[in-house]
Amino acid sequence: MNALPCTIYVSFVGALLALAAGSRSAGAARLVALLTALTAWGITLAAALDFVPAAGLRDLVNMPWVPEFGIRYHLAVDGISLTLLVLTGLAATAGVLFSWNIKERTGEFFGLYLALIGGVYGVFMSADAFVLFVFYEIAIVPKYFLIANWGSTNREYGAMKLVLYSFAGSALVLAGLLWAYAAGRATGFGFPELVAATGRLDLLQQTGIFALVFLGFATLAGMFPLHTWAPTGHVAAPTAASMLLAGVVMKLGAYGCLRVALPLSPDAFHLLQPYIAWLAVIGIIYAGFVALVQEDFKFVIGYSSVSHMGFVLLGLAAANATAISGAVFQMFSHGVIASLLFAVVGRMVYERTHTRQLADLRAMPLHRMLPFPAVVFVLAGMASMGLPGFSGFPAELTILIGAWQTNPVWALGAAAGVLVAAAFTLRAIQVSFFGRTGPDICTTPLETLPAVTWPEKAGALLLLGATIYLGLSPDTLLDWIRPALQSPYFHAILTGGAS
Amino acid sequence: MNAAYAELFQALRPETHLVVGAVLVLTLDMIWARHRPANRHHVALLLGTIALVSAGYSAVTLGTLGSVYGGMLMIDQLAVATRVGVIGLAALALALLPDAKRLRSPAEFTAILLFATTGFTLMAAANNLLIAFLALELASLSLYVLAGFNKTNPESAEAGLKYFLFGGMAAAFLLFGFSLLYGLTGSINLGQIATHLSMQGQPPLLVVALVMVLVAFGFKAAAAPFHLWAPDVYQGAPAPAAALIASASKLAGLVLFTRLLWPGLGGAAGTVAHLPISVGWAPIVAMLAGASMLLGNIGALAQSNVRRLLAYSAIAHAGALLLGVIAAGRVGPGPLFYYAATYGLATVGAFGVIAALESGGPVHRLTDLAGLHRRSPLLAGCLAVFILSLAGIPPLAGFFGKFAVFASVLQLGGLAGPAGWLVILAIALSAVALYYYLLILKQALVAAPVENPAPVKVPLPAAIALLLAAGSIVVLGLMPSLLLGLF
Repeated sequence: MNALPCTIYVSFVGALLALAAGSRSAGAARLVALLTALTAWGITLAAALDFVPAAGLRDLVNMPWVPEFGIRYHLAVDGISLTLLVLTGLAATAGVLFSWNIKERTGEFFGLYLALIGGVYGVFMSADAFVLFVFYEIAIVPKYFLIANWGSTNREYGAMKLVLYSFAGSALVLAGLLWAYAAGRATGFGFPELVAATGRLDLLQQTGIFALVFLGFATLAGMFPLHTWAPTGHVAAPTAASMLLAGVVMKLGAYGCLRVALPLSPDAFHLLQPYIAWLAVIGIIYAGFVALVQEDFKFVIGYSSVSHMGFVLLGLAAANATAISGAVFQMFSHGVIASLLFAVVGRMVYERTHTRQLADLRAMPLHRMLPFPAVVFVLAGMASMGLPGFSGFPAELTILIGAWQTNPVWALGAAAGVLVAAAFTLRAIQVSFFGRTGPDICTTPLETLPAVTWPEKAGALLLLGATIYLGLSPDTLLDWIRPALQSPYFHAILTGGAS
Repeated sequence: MNAAYAELFQALRPETHLVVGAVLVLTLDMIWARHRPANRHHVALLLGTIALVSAGYSAVTLGTLGSVYGGMLMIDQLAVATRVGVIGLAALALALLPDAKRLRSPAEFTAILLFATTGFTLMAAANNLLIAFLALELASLSLYVLAGFNKTNPESAEAGLKYFLFGGMAAAFLLFGFSLLYGLTGSINLGQIATHLSMQGQPPLLVVALVMVLVAFGFKAAAAPFHLWAPDVYQGAPAPAAALIASASKLAGLVLFTRLLWPGLGGAAGTVAHLPISVGWAPIVAMLAGASMLLGNIGALAQSNVRRLLAYSAIAHAGALLLGVIAAGRVGPGPLFYYAATYGLATVGAFGVIAALESGGPVHRLTDLAGLHRRSPLLAGCLAVFILSLAGIPPLAGFFGKFAVFASVLQLGGLAGPAGWLVILAIALSAVALYYYLLILKQALVAAPVENPAPVKVPLPAAIALLLAAGSIVVLGLMPSLLLGLF
């Protein structure tokens, strides 16, 4: 448990080592990256094993950092953080496996990749808003270089757009936090202190602060209508970066909303709650319909991410214990599933067929040419649609139940979104892998594509295993998450509906 | 009287080191080094660095002395920190000295740089209008020469002339303002001026004096609308000169004017933290700050020349620094000093990278940086640190500088007045700024080299200076209390 902060340090040190190893050989850099990711993931799993669910954060490190501003280097975890830490480790490890074929500037690639991971670990453990902000920004810049250097379609545009959106979001957060800190005469940036400071202001200022901080984090979480960076960025990014972006980085935004924004001012939250919920519902349905008509395979997945993140935001907006625990569960579940989908599309298919246009893929009997990716994609698609037996099902069901308790109309809207999700996922499966079926393909000689390599198989199995395991045993995570929500820190916001 | 002189010499030990060093550099060059062209600039560099290091060392060991020589100088914590800061920045800038093939007479350049540094260290401690003006002029005159030092380059001559004309005008305004202050209060000592002002209230003439003084301040800080010299000087001056103008000169100027405005004219500050604003110099400074941030950030978006881009970024940073001046009255000079010093480090570093690249050919356009990661990983890595620090990305020092200044301004009155609104504007503009900073890094770290990716040879002194600057930016960013705790 107390080793958890080491995940951050291990990642940063690993980043430097990978950079150094990269100047010697690409293989060494890969190995360093894999070992680093595995070590960090191992630390989170070991912590998860002896984790005793409890209400409230458990301190890991707490020492003064910049006493002049009352800033403390304060790291702490509860069940929510732990869930996301395990997810980060899993997605990071799988991402390394899926970028095994990076040949150009390998050391720099993994250096930036691990630096990004280190920042993400840091955010999930921060118990001081300043520390959280610092780690959050550390995670922004590597994304630009990962996408601009190793990306594909329109990469420089996608990278710049993504980074500017993220940075603008973080600027909103900074403005809000500083406003609360200064106007409320806080003595530090600890979460409870900021909440108390905000509470000393009038409702108008509270609403302003809440709107800034929430919008800032929600931008990164892909809330409609601030989501447009996500599809372009995900499509432009190299596979591992898309996996991390959709799998983990978007969760930073959602986590920030839950950990920082919502408790900051319960009054302002209740004032704006319906708007947030409606934006979430619109996002679910709108992004689903957009995904339905995409011609680029990766854009389908990109928009599906936005749609699924809408569920997370809806869960948060519904603000009862059921909905929020569902939202956290969905963060994990979507993290795994989105990583898997991007891995299949970006690495397994695109790097072999060199096209992502569904019209081109339709002409190839891909399910015969690439049987393993086809199976993985069908399973991941089923998970993404929310079929029972996969983690998507308990996650979205919990959110819908929770949302129903607060306002049945939201739940109905989101449930319509589930249908749209089924439609675009089925279309993607059908068109991409099963575009050409029937007896005739057995007679035509198949083009041969490079075989699926072991790192891809290992990564896919890892992610598939996680989604199936959690689909069968959702309580593993929910038992961590639910007690954490009992903390008095969340008490004031858990008022939506009877639960 | 003798005891007072002894005290004065004691207090001026760093300046003595600098001046003696400058004279030695010139003498040795004349009698020995000029006949050995291969080693000429090494000798100048070595002697200059020794002079700077010994001056910095004596400034540290001297410690705080308080008021010296009848209040002429104020050697307080801020003065000590600023002296060490400007000397350090000057040493980093000196390390970028090009060899004699590209910059003739390196000894003269070094000596004038040392004279400029003497001016900076005096500016850091000046507590008297006369000393302040003399120190400022010593520094400025030296900088004009440095800016125009490259006699073979018309752009350098243009830079020197433009800087001189603007600077001369600003000095005239300053002197006029000072004469009005003297006429109003009957004293040139800042402490006595403050006492007089508090007794006699605020005569209308004071406003005229304040405006005059602030014109000169705006010039020194490169704040809009007095910024017009900056892009041309940054573009044309030799790299070490531009680095010095952008870093040490700015730090010294800010400290000088902060001392003048707060302990001296603090009574006439007015307020911008709350509505309604009251008349004084703070509203004017706030206006300069807002104009600089807007003009600097938006102007930088349109630049395709690296040096001009850095100049517009400097104007934008000047705006944020001016906000720090407003906050300094209440929270002390800590955040302002931290920001100015770390900004100086990042700028010196950025110019250092440009200087190192210029040994292989001119660096004008952003695309001249293309493929830097291939040509020199060291330069590319250092440039990334400097530019990201300028952009305010944690954990680099530039982020914490902005954070500290913004937090301290907001502590004045939250969002109840223009000062708070300017902070929100500054935070919003930092997202704009990231765009143009990333354009630089895109060329350096992403773009492929255009043609003949010849590796860049970085001279050893420049490499050491760059690594030192980058290292300090990281360390100060991780441990801001190292500087903030001084005050």
